Amino acid sequence: MIDLVDEKNSHISNFAEFERSMNGRHPWLASLRKDALARFEALGLPTTRDEQWRFTNISPIAGTAFRPADPKPDSLTVADISSYTLCEARCTQLVFLNGSYSENLSTVKFLPKGVRIISLAKALETDRELLEPLLLNSLSEDDAFRALNTAFMSDGAFVYLPPGTTVKEPIHLLFLSSSRTDPTASFPRNIIVLDEGSQADIVESYAGLDRGIYFTDSVTQVLIGPNCSVGHYKLQRESPSSFHLTTLHVVQDRDSSYSSHSVSLGGAITRNNFNVVLNGSGADCELNGLYVTKGHQHVDNHTTIDHAMPNCTSRELYKGILDENSTGVFNGRVVVRKDAQKSNARQTNKNLLLSRHAGINTTPQLEIFADDVKCAHGATIGQLNEEELFYLRSRGIDRDAARTLLTYAFASEMLAAIKIKPIQCQIDLVLMNRLSRHETTRGLP
Amino acid sequence: MLEIRDLHVSIDGKEILHGINLVVNPGEIHAIMGPNGSGKSTLAKVLAGREGYTPTRGKVLYNGTDLLQMLPEDRAREGIFLGFQYPVEIPGVSNMYFLKTALNSIRKHNGLEELDAMDFLVLAKEKMKLVDMDEGLINRAVNEGFSGGEKKRNEVFQMAVLEPKLAILDETDSGLDIDALRTVADGVNALRRPDRSIVLVTHYQRLLNYIVPDKVHVLLDGRIVKSGGKELALELEEKGYAWLENGTGSKPAVMS
Ligand SMILES: Nc1ncnc2c1ncn2[C@@H]1O[C@H](COP(=O)(O)OP(=O)(O)OP(=O)(O)O)[C@@H](O)[C@H]1O
Ligand SMILES: [Mg+2]
Repeated sequence: MIDLVDEKNSHISNFAEFERSMNGRHPWLASLRKDALARFEALGLPTTRDEQWRFTNISPIAGTAFRPADPKPDSLTVADISSYTLCEARCTQLVFLNGSYSENLSTVKFLPKGVRIISLAKALETDRELLEPLLLNSLSEDDAFRALNTAFMSDGAFVYLPPGTTVKEPIHLLFLSSSRTDPTASFPRNIIVLDEGSQADIVESYAGLDRGIYFTDSVTQVLIGPNCSVGHYKLQRESPSSFHLTTLHVVQDRDSSYSSHSVSLGGAITRNNFNVVLNGSGADCELNGLYVTKGHQHVDNHTTIDHAMPNCTSRELYKGILDENSTGVFNGRVVVRKDAQKSNARQTNKNLLLSRHAGINTTPQLEIFADDVKCAHGATIGQLNEEELFYLRSRGIDRDAARTLLTYAFASEMLAAIKIKPIQCQIDLVLMNRLSRHETTRGLP
Repeated sequence: MLEIRDLHVSIDGKEILHGINLVVNPGEIHAIMGPNGSGKSTLAKVLAGREGYTPTRGKVLYNGTDLLQMLPEDRAREGIFLGFQYPVEIPGVSNMYFLKTALNSIRKHNGLEELDAMDFLVLAKEKMKLVDMDEGLINRAVNEGFSGGEKKRNEVFQMAVLEPKLAILDETDSGLDIDALRTVADGVNALRRPDRSIVLVTHYQRLLNYIVPDKVHVLLDGRIVKSGGKELALELEEKGYAWLENGTGSKPAVMS
């Protein structure tokens, strides 16, 4: 039985315990944490009356009391987690259990000189100079869950690439959660800094080890220097009863390129806040997203691309596959500032509804303050094509297999956009598996 | 093989076929000709089981069983093949994967072992040769960006791989150049067998020079108004369809 208490109050009372457990560590963060908690208290949990949360009702989260996840890593072995690891664990991989770094399960490969890939818990001790400005003033805490993350942050990943370095193998940040008893919450904070001219591919994975109720409130900050080239992949396959609320905040300097591929498959309620600031001339970003939902899942992607400087380009393509009674939200905001002349922005959201009980709210939001810009956006909502289904069936492929094949085909464009083979293969495998277990197709002929 | 009795078919509540009677015996080739909009494709698709094409009266027996009760996939597994007049493009689904899946579902249904990717490729290559199809097409998405002629060749190629008992080819000759027509016809002839029947829907007598039919039927305004031997096709070529619109008891197809 879960006590129906106000989640806000449970977090506030948890905070005192959390502070005690930190036992005076990182005193330079104490006031940041306190301020963030105060901010959280003042903001309160969002409701559907808030413009930014109109279509996402978080009352199931608000109605659950979470305690901070047990920081003591489980007795898992590398073999236990092999279905979640990448490249058969041959690349550098930081593994987190319920938000806490697990040294046993992690692998750190030989890295170019000066590259740091460590836990944030450790970095808070060793890299204060780099972290302090990033933690103190880079994020506006106008979002309750982001404020909550700041209040409780203590671990996560820290990745730093010095100027001109390239890490060839993907860097995998794997967040595993397990909640067999009470609902738990974890607050990973990831800081990724790429200095001028460096290159890396970063994979963030979130997965549930069981079907428990837990809450992941994560914040990832990515700071991209001039001329950097970054691939960023996110594979979310949390437990079906979990809640996944995240902020991904990216700031790009001039002539950098950033390519993001986000795949959301799990979670009861998922909210991805994704902000990219094109903060230097000539920066380019590509945002690809795929969300696949069924049952009563709800997934909300709120993206903002901020063209703050001239000559920047952005391409965004989000695709959704919604089945049964699931729902989705896509809110794609593109801002072109006054000085951001010669901006080029293209945004597309395409949705496939596999059941007449599934639904999607899609809202493009263009705010253009410059005059010499190219901006295009479009959204579609459709069903599987009857002619295509008939063609496949007329060749002997049964209805369910034909539906799966066409659904997979709808998603395949997103897979093709992933250029790193092992990442593509893993996502392909997970996706195939997910789609072929599409047992129910109620509500359609 | 196929026996159609007094078949009436409606689409969206509008009757398109008004009582078709047709018997196709094993090994026979039948040609169906008729003006645009007369219902040829409707007949072809209703035999393949297209949803929304509702039989309202009549019966279709396929090797003695009630065809209209069967799902499209089961018809295919039992040996019915429809070569589409307008093959649909399916982006994101590879031609190879699609056809391998199709063949294996049919094989499984018939108690045969499924082919693995290697064995399938060998078979596919052999059949592509038969219809002189560019090997590159097998690795592309189903029909995506195929030229009109390539799409038709792909249909005959699929037929060659799936080896149906009853093939209904809906204007497979339209859009083919003269050489391609020859190749496709040769391909179809190579598939001719005493136990395999073929129904050809065509507008052109020319095809029937290459694939000689046992019977020719004229479909006009949802009814078969005349049947005959291969010489009927020549007569149609010469006279058109107008002479059939009167004196046969059928309504004119188009009032002008
Ligand atoms: N979905 C539909 N809704 C309404 N009418 C339809 C539909 N599909 C076909 N029809 C009508 O049925 C009639 C027969 O069409 P069909 O495609 O069978 O003709 P056809 O003989 O194959 O012609 P063509 O030689 O041009 O291929 C036409 O009048 C057509 O407009
Ligand atoms: Mg037709």
